[in-house]
Amino acid sequence: MPVFDYAPAPESRDIVALRPGYGLFVDGAFTEPADGGTFKTVNPATEEVLAEVAEAGPADVDRAVAAARRAFDGVWGRMRPAERAKYLFRVARVLQERAREFAVLESLDNGKPIRESRDVDVPLAAAHFFYYAGWADKLRWAGFGGDPRPLGVAGQVIPWNFPLLMAAWKLAPALAAGNTCVLKPAETTPLSALLLAEVLQQVDLPPGVVNIVTGAGGTGRALVAHGGLDKVAFTGSTEVGKQIQRTLAGTRTKLTLELGGKAANIVFDDAPLDQAVEGIVNGIFFNQGHVCCAGSRLLVQESVAEPLLERLKQRLATLRLGDPLDKNTDIGAVNSAAQLERITELAASGDAEGAVRWQPECPLPDRGWWFPPTLFTGVSQSHRIAREEIFGPVLSVLTFRTPDEAVVKANNTPYGLSAGVWSEKGSRILWTAQRLRAGVVWANTFNRFDPASPFGGYKESGFGREGGRHGLEAYLDA
Amino acid sequence: MPDRLAVRKTYKLYVGGAFPRSESGRSYEITSAEGRFLANAAMASRKDVRDAVVAARGAFAKWSGATAYNRGQVLYRAAEVLEGRRAQFVDEVAASEGRDRDDAAGTVDAAVDRLVWYAGWSDKIAQIAGSANAVAGPYFNFSVPEPTGVVAVLAPQSSSLLGLVSVVAPVVVSGNTAVVVASEDAPLPAITFGEVLATSDVPGGVVNILTGRTAELAPVLASHMDVNAIDLHGAAAGAATDLEQAAAENVKRVLRRPDAEPDWRADPDPHRMLAFLETKTVWHPMGV
Repeated sequence: MPVFDYAPAPESRDIVALRPGYGLFVDGAFTEPADGGTFKTVNPATEEVLAEVAEAGPADVDRAVAAARRAFDGVWGRMRPAERAKYLFRVARVLQERAREFAVLESLDNGKPIRESRDVDVPLAAAHFFYYAGWADKLRWAGFGGDPRPLGVAGQVIPWNFPLLMAAWKLAPALAAGNTCVLKPAETTPLSALLLAEVLQQVDLPPGVVNIVTGAGGTGRALVAHGGLDKVAFTGSTEVGKQIQRTLAGTRTKLTLELGGKAANIVFDDAPLDQAVEGIVNGIFFNQGHVCCAGSRLLVQESVAEPLLERLKQRLATLRLGDPLDKNTDIGAVNSAAQLERITELAASGDAEGAVRWQPECPLPDRGWWFPPTLFTGVSQSHRIAREEIFGPVLSVLTFRTPDEAVVKANNTPYGLSAGVWSEKGSRILWTAQRLRAGVVWANTFNRFDPASPFGGYKESGFGREGGRHGLEAYLDA
Repeated sequence: MPDRLAVRKTYKLYVGGAFPRSESGRSYEITSAEGRFLANAAMASRKDVRDAVVAARGAFAKWSGATAYNRGQVLYRAAEVLEGRRAQFVDEVAASEGRDRDDAAGTVDAAVDRLVWYAGWSDKIAQIAGSANAVAGPYFNFSVPEPTGVVAVLAPQSSSLLGLVSVVAPVVVSGNTAVVVASEDAPLPAITFGEVLATSDVPGGVVNILTGRTAELAPVLASHMDVNAIDLHGAAAGAATDLEQAAAENVKRVLRRPDAEPDWRADPDPHRMLAFLETKTVWHPMGV
């Protein structure tokens, strides 16, 4: 059979006009940081420096919080809700108008395939603003009392895996509920949030309603520990989430946390295997596995383990790793050298602890940070690769014999963010879904997201929900 | 001299459906508001806390897996038994809290009514906290509330029965199990309430009641890795920060200590139930 190779199909990056440097977005304008500090953000696929970005220190955070407070007291908190709604609708519309620009920028700064930034991140971000815009003037009927009030100023710290989408998840419900925001993007992916700041200028959002302070962990700590916040929302690692919970102990600041995961993806013997294979691939290799809800533990019923793994390996061999801007790329670059090191180290622990590594033949580009799709079989529950969040394209395969055993193994983790179930039998799916201690259960699908659908974890995966009516609670005095 | 010497009750802990003494062998003297000796209460230890958590965890699967209708009936049954023991609780609350009998009777009546109010929520809370979600795709998507797990409760210090019922009922009605630290100085109504639970079809381990020093027991609960949530209501003002920090070790859900004691006689709202619920969202494709 002739083999037809793919021709390169790169998306043009000309649509993105990068500035050499970016300031902090405070009180409606880009401003220089007090101490003039900057850091570089790079393209993880090429290691090329994309821009220099201001690093916010405590004085800058203070200025941003003060601007947010003024905007809350003076404008946003007292605006007619229907007017707030229209600002958010405008944001949604401009995101749609500039969708391609955002998609290319996101892939440049993050390393994710353009297919994903174009088809998932950006449309969902716009949808999120559109969804919550509609809530702004309907809060009385949201089920949090007859006169729910905004909390005030929200400090929001987001991760690098879905930079724009996480900004939307944080800002849209907060603003709809009448709060003002200080957002801290991740240090490796600040650019789409800064482009979003330009969008906020285009829609004439009043100054100070959203402030964006870029920087690394120190900036995040300064923001979270700032005494002037009424609300903190964090998405990121469980370790940092615990630190934030400790920081806010004894205060009146409301907190929601969306933390790590180690999701089980359970395949029963009556599952549609071809669909399951697609779901497993989407579950762990979507966004290079940089997904807190990734289906990183495959639990497959013993009787179908062999045929399933055979099909899974065949499928993995067809995945295309490379240029994130190429429209045919399935797996992009790992976001940073530090993350690549962590993935490499955890995968090595899999080898050392006796699991069996399998990787398809997969040439890696010379420059940039890459990790091939990886499968470990012979994994036991005590292995680090079965317990720790890898946040990379590494799948650990375990087996089970009975549904009870599947549930026990799936729940044998301090995390509880998500899980998957594959079976053609409805009663078995519902039985399993009911017993899984996880905030999101995907049955015969995986990694689906929607602004109307509440998302968030059990146990050490955090508390509070984002999305849907439930997502409003985090930003109201409910 | 009375004609007949009363048979006094020995007040012990309520753990796993049984009434053990503290494994530490310790007790402490409980006096009335005026300083009259009432009884010696068990002074629970760290080990008693851990035993109570084991009991609560062991009871969780069955209690959370029971039908909501069943849980509602069980709690309603507890209200029936509480009502039947009304006179005894009026005496205990009057002595413990220094109230006159009319006032104490009003408090006990309110506790019975509070239990009935929460019992009725068992099969309704999912309808106000859950949802069907209109996602943009061919999926059936719904969200349901589920109990958080084992919940530690530091009961109110001043309201020994009504306050206790008002913080325990919202925890267990949804399927959580509880480890409760009773009012330190007025723990006797709590242990008698344990007798109500033990005789009203509440499975052993669903509610576990410890008496003793709140300052000694609270940190053990706050830092316990198999406790999923904690209500800090009865914590000392100066202790809340440390307890919240300890609770972060396994990302416990924390219901913070209020600045002021609420009026327990006022009508409640659902927030205490909602504080100890998780939301589970399930996606399923639709197609032929």
